This record gives sequence, structure tokens and C-alpha cells, in this order.
Amino acid sequence: MDYATNLALTLPEVVLGIGGVLLMMVSAWGGPGSTRAVSWTAVAVLGGAVIALLGPAGGGGEAFDGLYRADAFSTFAKVLIYVATAVSILIAPDFFRRTAGDDLRPEYPVLMLFSALGMGMMVSAVDLLTLYVGLEMQSLAAYVLASFVRRDLRSAEAGLKYFVLGSLASGILLYGVSLVYGFTGTTMFDGIAAAYAADAAEPARSLGLVFGLVFVFAGLAFKIAAVPFHMWTPDVYQGAPTPVTAFFASAPKVAAMALAVRVAVEAMGPVTDQWRQIVIFAALASIILGAVGAIGQSNVKRLLAYSSINNVGFALIGLAAGTAEGVAGVLTYMAIYIAMTLGSFLVVLQMRDVNGIQVESIASLSGMSRTRPALAAAMAMFMFSLAGIPPLFGFYAKFAVFDAAVAAGLFPLAAIGVAASVIGAYYYLRIVKTMYFDEPAPAFHKGDEGALQGGLIAVAAVVISPLGYLAIPFLGAWSMAAARALF
Amino acid sequence: MIQAIAFYLFAAVVIVSGALTISSRNPVHSVMWLILAFFNAAGLMVLVGAEFIAMLLVIVYVGAVAVLFLFVVMMMDIDFAQLRTDVARYATIGLALGTALAVEVMIAAFAWSEGRIDLARRAAPIDPAMPNIAALGQLLYTRYLFLFEAAGFVLLVAMIGAIVLTHRERAGTRSQHVGRQVARRPQDATRNVKPTVGQGVEL
Repeated sequence: MDYATNLALTLPEVVLGIGGVLLMMVSAWGGPGSTRAVSWTAVAVLGGAVIALLGPAGGGGEAFDGLYRADAFSTFAKVLIYVATAVSILIAPDFFRRTAGDDLRPEYPVLMLFSALGMGMMVSAVDLLTLYVGLEMQSLAAYVLASFVRRDLRSAEAGLKYFVLGSLASGILLYGVSLVYGFTGTTMFDGIAAAYAADAAEPARSLGLVFGLVFVFAGLAFKIAAVPFHMWTPDVYQGAPTPVTAFFASAPKVAAMALAVRVAVEAMGPVTDQWRQIVIFAALASIILGAVGAIGQSNVKRLLAYSSINNVGFALIGLAAGTAEGVAGVLTYMAIYIAMTLGSFLVVLQMRDVNGIQVESIASLSGMSRTRPALAAAMAMFMFSLAGIPPLFGFYAKFAVFDAAVAAGLFPLAAIGVAASVIGAYYYLRIVKTMYFDEPAPAFHKGDEGALQGGLIAVAAVVISPLGYLAIPFLGAWSMAAARALF
Repeated sequence: MIQAIAFYLFAAVVIVSGALTISSRNPVHSVMWLILAFFNAAGLMVLVGAEFIAMLLVIVYVGAVAVLFLFVVMMMDIDFAQLRTDVARYATIGLALGTALAVEVMIAAFAWSEGRIDLARRAAPIDPAMPNIAALGQLLYTRYLFLFEAAGFVLLVAMIGAIVLTHRERAGTRSQHVGRQVARRPQDATRNVKPTVGQGVEL
């Protein structure tokens, strides 16, 4: 395979890499004044990467001797990742303009682009080395973004905490990777799958392979913030600037989840019964702890952090099924989840007091239905949808994963999941109650944020509204095609 | 035989000094133990025939990373007066460590000249005719080219991150403008005046 073919298969990464380097130069010479131009160009570069997926990069097979694979699965995940990254870039300038301290510097969109580059490598990885390099690229950019507001102590704390715990998780993952490599003799997913299959056929299991599997899953569980590796999530989500929190809750979640699915199915598919126990435990623990932990929160960003832990648990139920239907369910779940979570964070961005300073307490939402009825209605829709209440699209996401779990014979798992989702509904409904039935708090500052944020909220609200059900034939067929690429 | 002895020696010292790295109370001592661990790991690498990685361990980890650690540790608030009086007390231990290192180096060289260890199950057999560096280079720039480039991007991200988090434009500082300095001509900068006696000069 010649060089041009390889580059054509990795075209989205090439576009993002070149775009990122060029924009870095623009921002180095342009200074803070170039932020808006660099942001819009970065969004255009992400659009270019999505267009690049229409070519051979959208399903052309393996590139660079089996280090990288472009298939329907990676295309599905990449579209979600690039869209979520673009939204996170677009909502940033307004937020930073109103935050005391640093104005937005043009490195923000550049780091976002490099993070998207790393995430693209993660979802296309069919080799442990590609997996790790992509993961580190995404994580390094994320650590910096978390502490982007340097004068804010909480932001610095979030960055440091994320960095230290993220390095620990990388160490755990690498330890697992080295064990897997040592006991299988290869870093390529198909070779690892063959070694696991050969080992499963023998009466005595190799302990090294089992340990490698456990460590790899522990490292991946940290990256998707599944219980018991979730401790960093509330602190980091609360401390990071809100647009960055919206980013953390959307694109890297999709990338890490897609990566976990690919490792589980492609590299360790022959030993599904071994990793299924881990995934079932992580799923149930995340759902229950995410729901119970959120109840006592008074900060809306912390609450949304617990909500993301809770949602990751539901997505893992689809993975626990271990079937193509289950994987399609995970992809559907993540697609609907990023619409819900980005919408919620867009509403949080609107929460500003009379001076235009960001407020984050749930109490400040009181009586928003009277002061900002449209915004309150949108927030109520996102909350109902996250809770999985039927007319909204969030219900279908939960239905898809539970359906796959029941079809795979995991009836108890699905039953406990449904029961735990009722606990989760409590705190979502509490926000709706605060907005609609409590005495009004001082109204939020109605700023000059323009049509952009309002438009994005409206789009997210339409996607998760019952109108979203019209997309089911398309979404179902696409996610199924993506899932089939793994089996 | 000698290879086996060398292996167990190096392996034992790596483990012991690794444990001491995390258990010693003085951070400077921790770094010293870490350096010992790196040296012995390099010895292990020499034994299995990966001489290039052994060199990397010594040059990169001992030479650069550990020294960097040492600088960071020394910037922390440690009572150096106390440390200086301790130097004499622990001179014997230090000498013993140094001697042990020297002896190990000799054993390693001797064991290496006897031929490398025969691993019972080598997943990827290496070609004895090809030196490590050539083998690594051939893989790195062909099969793993994609990852090599991607690793470059990771380093770029790390560099951008470090600058974003620490660089700050301070108001009131007078930074150097090389272009302006070079463009300045002598006639702009100097003035030839002939003051009369008792008048002084105007500046």
C-alpha cells in the first residue's frame, strides 16, 4: 500500500493536524486579537474533517500496516466527536469575555483541534500503540484546557487534579497494555484476539492475560469516568471553565466509550464472559452511585458531573450485552447523550447574575419559568430527556441499550438498570420543580450573547424532542452498520 | 552462569532501590535511589542484548530526567545545613554505593562479553547481525511512521500547554526588540555638541 493511500485513509487526522499547526502560527503572531478568527477557522477545519470522512477515510479499511482502521464504526464516532468539539469551541468566546481575569486566548481552539485529532486516533485504533498515543494526545490537551482560566484557583485545582489522576490512569492502562503485549506477543487487536481465543480453548487460563485485561479495563474505566474510577469527575467538572466542562462531558466521553467498545469487542471478543463481569459491575455501580451522589448537590455543574457518571453506566449496559445490537445501542446512546448534555451546559452558560458573572447554584434557577420561560422550557426538556421520560428522545436511548441487554439474556441487569433510573429521575425532576414551582430568584442577566447560543440550544432541544423519533430509521440503520463493522 | 548471577544481582538491586525510592523520607535520597534503579535497569537491558535501550536509560533517564528531578527537589524547602553535616556521617554508605555501582558495571561488561542471556521464550526473535539502533530505526520510520508523527504532535501539545499555562505578558517590562535595535543608525543615537564653558549640556 503506497503512501498516498495511507494518507487518504487518515485524511481527517491529516486535515486536523495541518489545520492545528497553521492556526497555532496564526495565533502566535496574531495574539489575543485573533481569537474569534481562529475559533471560526477551527470550526471550519472540523467541518473539513467531517467532509473528509465522505471519502476513503469513511470506511476504506486499514492504513499504516494495521495501526489504524477507517470503518463505519470510527466514522460514526468521529462525526459525533467533531460536532461536539465544534460546539465547545463556538460557545467559548462569550463565556471568557464575561469572566473576570483572562480573556480567551487563541490557543483554546487550537488545543481543541489537537484534542479532536487524538480522539480520532483513539476511535480508529486497532493497535495498542495507536490507542495509547491518541489517548495521551487527547488527555494532554484536556489537562491544559481544564486550567485555562489561570487566575481562578478552582480551575487550576481542576487541571492539577485531572493531570495527576489522569497520569495514574495512564500508568494503570500502560501496565495492562504491557502485560497483554508480553503474554500475547503482539500489539495488534486481531493478534491479541487470536491469542485470547487460543488461551480460552486451553483448560488452564494464563493469569497474565487475565491481569492484562483487568488493568486495561480499569484504565479505560477512568477515562470514561465509570465507578469505581469516577472520583475526579465532580471536582474537575466543577472547577473547569463551563465551555470546557461541556467539552469534557461530550466529545472525550464518546471517544473513550468507542475506544472501550473496540478494545472489548475486537481485541478481547473471545473472552467476552471475562470482561462482561467487569462491565456489568461498572455499569450498575455507575448508575446507582451517579444517581445517589447527585441528590445532595447544590452546584449545577457538579450535578451534571454525577449525571454523566450515571449516563455512562447506562451506555455500558449496551456493551455488557456484547452483541452487535448492544454496540449499536451504545452508539445510539452516545449520540443522543451528547445532544442532551451539550444542551444542558448551554443553559448553564446562560446562568449569569445582574453583573453578567457566572452563577452555578441550583437555587439560582428558582422560578426561571417566569423570568426566562423559553430557557426554562428548554432546560426542563433536557432534564426530562436525561431522566429518560418517554415522549422525549432520551427514552429511546435507554430503550435501545435495555433492549439489547434483554435480547442477550441479561434480564436482571436490565431490571436493576430500570429501577435505578427511577432514583436518577428524582434529581432531574428536582431541577424542573425548582424552575417551575419555587419562588423566583433574581432573574438572570439577559446579555447580548446573540443568536448563536440561543440557536444551539434550540437545535439541541429539537433533536431531543419527540421530533427526534423521526430520525430513528436513519440513526438505527447507521449505528447498526457501524456496530457490524466490529463483528 | 555468570549471566544468571548478573541478572539476579541487577534485578534485586532494581527492586530494592525502587522500594527505597518511594520509602525514603528525604526527597534528595529518593532521587539518588531512583538513579541507582535506572542504572541497574540499564544493566538488565544490556544482559538481554538491547544495548541501545540501555544507553537511552543512562543518557536520557539518568542524564536528563533524574538531574531535572534533582533540580526540582533542590528548589523545595529542605534544610541544607542539616544535609551538609550529614554528608560526613553518610560518607561510608555513599562510598559503598559507588563501589557497588562500579563493581556492577564490571560484572555487566564481563557478562556481556560471555554472550547474552538465552531467554526461554522470545516472542520476537532478534537478528544477531543487526545492531539495535538499525533495527529500531527501520521499524520507527517505516512501520510505525504514523505513530512517530503522532508522538511529535503529542510533544507539540505538551509544549503549547506549558506555554499557555505559564507565559504571561507583564505590563511595564521592557522587552528586547531585536529588529528595532538592528535598524537603529548611529546618527539617530548620538549627537555631537560643542558646549561653551559653564553652559553644560542639554540631554
